[in-house]
This record gives sequence, C-alpha cells and structure tokens, in this order.
Amino acid sequence: MIIQTLIFYVFAAITVAGGVMVVTARNPVHSVLFLILTFFTAAGLFILMGAEFLAMVLVVVYVGAVAVLFLFVVMMLDINYLKLREGFLQYLPTGVVIGLILLVELVMIAGKWVLSPASLESRAAPTPMLVKLTNTEALGQVLYTNYLYLFEAAGLVLLVAMIGAILLTHRVRPGVRRQKIVDQLARTKGNSLEIKKVPIGGGV
Amino acid sequence: MKDLLREYLPILIFLGIAIGVAGGAVIASYIIAPQRPDPEKDSAYECGFEAFEDARVRFDVRYYLVAILFIIFDLEVAFLFPWAITLGKIGMFGFWSMMVFLIILTIGFIYEWKKGALEWE
Amino acid sequence: MYELPNLVPALPEILLAVAALGLLMVGVFRKKDATGFVGGLAVAALVVAGIVEVNLARVPVVTTLGGMFVLDGFAVFVKALVLLAAVLTAIMSLSWLRQEKLGQFEFPVLLIFATLGMMMMVSANDLMALYLGLELQSLSLYVLAAYHRDNLRSTEAGLKYFMLGALASGLLLFGASFIYGFTGATGFDAIAKALGDGASVPVGVTVGIVFLLAGLAFKISAVPFHMWTPDVYEGAPTPVTALFAVGPKIAALALLIRVMVGPFGHLVEQWHQVVVALSLASMVLGAFAAIHQTNIKRLMAYSSIGHVGYALIGVAVGNAAGVRGVLVYLAIYLFMNIGTFTVILSMRQRGRMVEQIEDLAGLSKSNPLMALALAIFMFSMAGIPPLAGFFGKLYVFIAAIQAHMYTLAVLGVLTSVVGAYYYLRIVKVMYFDEPADSFDRPIGRSMTFILTGTSLVILLFFLFPEMLLTGAETAAASLFHG
Repeated sequence: MIIQTLIFYVFAAITVAGGVMVVTARNPVHSVLFLILTFFTAAGLFILMGAEFLAMVLVVVYVGAVAVLFLFVVMMLDINYLKLREGFLQYLPTGVVIGLILLVELVMIAGKWVLSPASLESRAAPTPMLVKLTNTEALGQVLYTNYLYLFEAAGLVLLVAMIGAILLTHRVRPGVRRQKIVDQLARTKGNSLEIKKVPIGGGV
Repeated sequence: MKDLLREYLPILIFLGIAIGVAGGAVIASYIIAPQRPDPEKDSAYECGFEAFEDARVRFDVRYYLVAILFIIFDLEVAFLFPWAITLGKIGMFGFWSMMVFLIILTIGFIYEWKKGALEWE
Repeated sequence: MYELPNLVPALPEILLAVAALGLLMVGVFRKKDATGFVGGLAVAALVVAGIVEVNLARVPVVTTLGGMFVLDGFAVFVKALVLLAAVLTAIMSLSWLRQEKLGQFEFPVLLIFATLGMMMMVSANDLMALYLGLELQSLSLYVLAAYHRDNLRSTEAGLKYFMLGALASGLLLFGASFIYGFTGATGFDAIAKALGDGASVPVGVTVGIVFLLAGLAFKISAVPFHMWTPDVYEGAPTPVTALFAVGPKIAALALLIRVMVGPFGHLVEQWHQVVVALSLASMVLGAFAAIHQTNIKRLMAYSSIGHVGYALIGVAVGNAAGVRGVLVYLAIYLFMNIGTFTVILSMRQRGRMVEQIEDLAGLSKSNPLMALALAIFMFSMAGIPPLAGFFGKLYVFIAAIQAHMYTLAVLGVLTSVVGAYYYLRIVKVMYFDEPADSFDRPIGRSMTFILTGTSLVILLFFLFPEMLLTGAETAAASLFHG
C-alpha cells in the first residue's frame, strides 16, 4: 500500500511538473515532448486507479497520434517564437489573476466536498469490483448498449472531423502523373509495339 | 485491485531500470569524462559553413491531413477493444451497434478514398 | 438481452443522419459537379425531417435512448424552428454557391450535420448528450465558416470561431465535470433528483453551473463572451453567417433554457443573477457598439448580440410565461434575420459581393421592392408596431414585468430605443441618400421567394398571432409539466 502511495506521488509530481514545462518551455518542440511525458505519467495514474483501458487509450491515441499531430503542426507553422513571446509580460497579470481565481475556487470546492447520499444512488453505471470484471469489460458492457446514443453520435463527430479535414486541406493537383499498375499490366505487344518494314537504303 | 497492480509491477521495474540506465549514462559521462569547454569546439569545423537557415523546414500541409485521418481511425480501433472482449455478453444488440458505428466510419473511408485524400502524387 | 430503444421520437434525427451519409456517397460517386443535385436532395431531406418532426408534436413527453434523449412540446417547437432556418439557409447557400462558383457537395452535407447537432442539443437530457450534440454542431460550423478557404477573412473567421469555440467547450466540460462530481449523475433527471428541492446546494454545483453557463453564453454570443461574433460574422461566407445568426443561437438558447429550468429548476437563486447580468450586458453592448459599424454583416453581428440580450430576459424570468416569450421572440427573430440576410446576399455589384452600408444608398430608387422589404425588417428589428418584432419584445417585457423585474424591462426598452437609431439609419440611407451603383438584377427566383415570404410574415403577423402564441404556450408548458 505504501509503495502504491509513493508511486502515486511520483507520477503526480511528474505530471504537474511536465504540465508546467509544456507551458514554459522555450522551444515548442520541447513543449510537445513534455506533453508526451505528461500523458505517460497520467496513464500511470489511471492504472493506479484501476482504469486500464483509459491508460491504454491515453498512450495509444494521445501519445501515438495526437502528440504526433502536434509535432506536425509545430513544424508546419513558420512562427517567430520570439515575437510570440513579446506580449507575455503584458498579459501575465491578467493570466495570474484568472489562475488564482480558479485555484481559490478549486480549494473552496475541495474543502467542502460533500456527496449527498442521493447522488450515490443515482449513479448510472457504478464501477464494478475489479475482482469480478476488468475495467475494459465493464466499459464494454455499457458503452455499446446503455450508451448507444453517445457511441453513434461520437461516430458522427468523427465523420464530420474527417470531412472537415479533407475539405479544408485537400487539393487536387492537376497534371500529376501517377503510376497506374493496371495499365502497365494491361500493355500487350499489340498496342505498344509496331513493326515496320524498312526498305533497304530508304530510311525509316 | 492488488492483483491488477501486481501485474504492472514488471513494467514499473522496467521503467525504473530504463530511467536508471539512461540517467546513469548521462551522469557517468559527466563525472568520468574530462571536460575542457572551448568555444572553438562548438564552431563550424573545417570545411563546414555557418548554418544558412533554421534546420527545421516547414512541413507540407498534406502530412497534417494524413495524421488527422490516422487519429480518427486510431480512435475507431480503440473503440473496438472493449467491444471485442464483451461481445459474448452484449449479444446481438452490441454487435449491431458496433456495425452501425463501423458503417458510419466506412462511409467516411470510402469518401476519403474517392476524394483522393490518400494519394500522394 | 438488450431491447431496441424506442426510436420513434428520434426519427427526424435518424432520418437526417442517414440522409447525410447517403448524400456524401452520392456526391463522391457522381462524376460531374454534384453540388446542385446533393443540395436539392439535402433541402428535401430537411423538409421531410421537418414534416416528421411536426407530426411528432402529438407525442407526450417521452425520454428514450437510455434516458438521454427527450422529446416534448418544447423540443418539437424549437426543432421545427431550427429545421426551418436550415431549409431557408440551405436554399440561400445553393444560390450563393452557384453565383460564386464555389460549389462543393460537402457544403449541404455539413449543413445537415450541423442541423442534426442542433437538434440533438435541443433534445439532450444528459450532460454527455448535450456535449456531443454541441460538438457535432460546432465542428460542422467551424468548417463551414472557413469554407471559402482561399479567402483570408474566411479562414480567419473559421480559425477564430474554432479557437474560442474550443475554449467554450472546455469551460462547459469543466462545469459539467463539477456537476457530475457533486451529484454523481450526468442525466438531467438524476441531477434534479440528487439536488432535491435546492435547500442545500453544494458549492461545487454552483461553480459547475456558472461554468456551464459561460460555455453556453459563448455559443449564443452573450456579452462578455461575444468577442468572436463580429469577426466571424464578417469573415464567414454570407449564407453561413445567416445560419450562424439563427440556427446555433436558437438551439443553444433552447439548451440553456432546458438545462436551467430542468435539473437546476430549484436553484434559481444560483443562476438567476448570472443570466440577468448576461442579458443586461448584451442589450447595452448590442445597442451601443453597433452605432459606428459600416459593414452590414458586422452590424448584424452586434444586432444579434442585442437580440440575445432581449431573449435572455425571458430566461431570467424563468417561468412558463418567460419561456413562452423567448420562444415567440426566437421565432420572429428567425424570420427577420433570414430576410435581412437574403437582402445582404443580393447586394452584388457587377457580379461581386458588397457589404458596406453605404452601398445601400438609393436602393429605394433602383430596387424599390427590395428596399421596402429591408425597411420592413429594420422597422421590425427596431420594434416598431405593428410589425412582428414589436410583439417579440412585448411578450418578453410583459413576462419580466409580471415577475417584478422592472430593471430588466426598463433597460430593455431603453436599449431598444438606442438600437432603433442604427436600424433606422439603414432605412435613411436607402431612402434619402444619393443613389450609388445599383445592384445586379434579377436576384433569382428562390431568393425572391424567401424575401417575399419572410417580409409577409413580419408584416402580417399581427393579423394572426394566435398560431405562434398557442404553439409557444404549449411548448413552454411542456417544459414545466413536473
């Protein structure tokens, strides 16, 4: 148990430190790398809570795909990073004030955490004991049945994302010559080779 | 809960070793290797030129398109895992709900294929 | 083991989803330009969905799909408005796409998806369903705002809308997670049960409600969450702006009403002041910031901010009379806005779009009928009797006075006087200024049709107001049944 607590604090500390570094790192590529570190340690925190599936999704989707996309975007944009930071000090007071307000709210809430008994009863899908079911199974049993509506709606959101990405970035380049393997295979002697009788001394 | 975490113990040990080896190598080279810093060591060497421009070149926007299409299908696959292991319990209803989801995304796939978004040049 | 949920209440949504998927395939498999064909089918699909929706009005309050989807009179009324807005903007867009030669069949498909998202928002009975509907709607609209991708302003509009929309979604999710954390539920019915009669409200729920409100206020562009509106309205393609001004606003406002009077109905003291503040600030800013605008699309942006302020008065009242006022207001607002944007869309000189107010100069001489229609809309927006806009404001103000909220009502009247200045300025430019270049004619049969229809509705509303009033009345009553 003590090891578990210790690991929690190590992971939590790295997560927070990584998050701070994402914001403060000078080089945006480093920011993305710190973001990956944050995702990894957050996945570790999920595992400590028994949420294996979320941990896996965090690594597969966020580290594997989203972070890579971030890297692409950082590389794609030709931003003058020094210029971007010019206004930093000017906006710092506002940012600090907003951050403080949020912090005070969070502390207030955490200090007064009372969960009414009615809310415990109203849980739609309480997490089953891990002895009986793994986290992934528990999710699967409700996701495709009770939460069918949300599941299909998520599918539509993904489809719209796909259409949007193609519509806004895809360009048809005219005049591009592609390799058409079918055409290559369909070539026969008949339609590509012409045999001419060349009279002697007459030239072609 | 205990059992679950015990299954992850090898990964934790592995992580510890990985960090130890990586950190140890850096620290060891710092301690053992002789260090005589010199600005000449950092300058361009012999026939090398000073860098003309930033080493990072801008990426084509098409990489972004490929990456975002990858994310979408990555998420689709993530949804398949819980489905696959609970298929016996959720029955035909669960089966068909995933089929509808797959049809929606397959339509998206057909769209991007016909649109030529998967072709490079 | 699991039974198929009752899909009848969600029939229009399912229909639209299937239609959008089908049209995507039709568009991509047609060899030549499919915009007109797909667009026509999209309009047909929207109309059919509207007919099905109206026929569902007889169904009593019913929740389905695991209790996450609710259909009541309120939902039917608002969805009918949303579908009407979608049909009209779809027709406008098709004519615009043809004129600007920007046709791509994805446009109508995305329009259907956006409409579907709005309808899902209106029927949401769960925080997660709310979020997914909102995202589907927003995502489609981000793309539509940036649709004219070779135009710098359009891409800027899309990007700005996306950035601030994502921030709003973040705020909303933050609030929703607080509410879930303190009540243990995401379903609206369960939240209401967990909160009981509102005697002891956990502070976390209050914070959650405030964040949820902030997120929704972004979507309806209420002050102080309005800063994206003028830029996005100006930059986005004009028919898309027309949709922005009506569809998402109506849907998000309906969602706001449902969330506030549903699960948090007993917590009026918690959210009442926030809504009042949003309403006051929107009315004042909408009235004063519009005065110096020269671009008519920017002007309409500030005008829409002001209108949201008036509609929010009804929400702040928080009873059936208030909600009825909002619904009447939104219905009339829809006709006024669509009509005005039809005129803006017809402002073309030598084949190019113009959008400055001074371009309207002398319209009364070059195209008297169009000038008359725009004058009707402007008078109506200013709230001059007997035009429809007057009645919209009237019912909201009456509700406020009955609930003893005199500050809101008085300030509402004052700001509409200020607002009248810039609406009437447009009329003045059209009728008394030296004529500028005349606009291209003809404006097209479908545009003429929309323009005539909307102006007749606005002009003759006072002759038969019962239809809308009783509809809004039953819709509002269905929300307060329990």
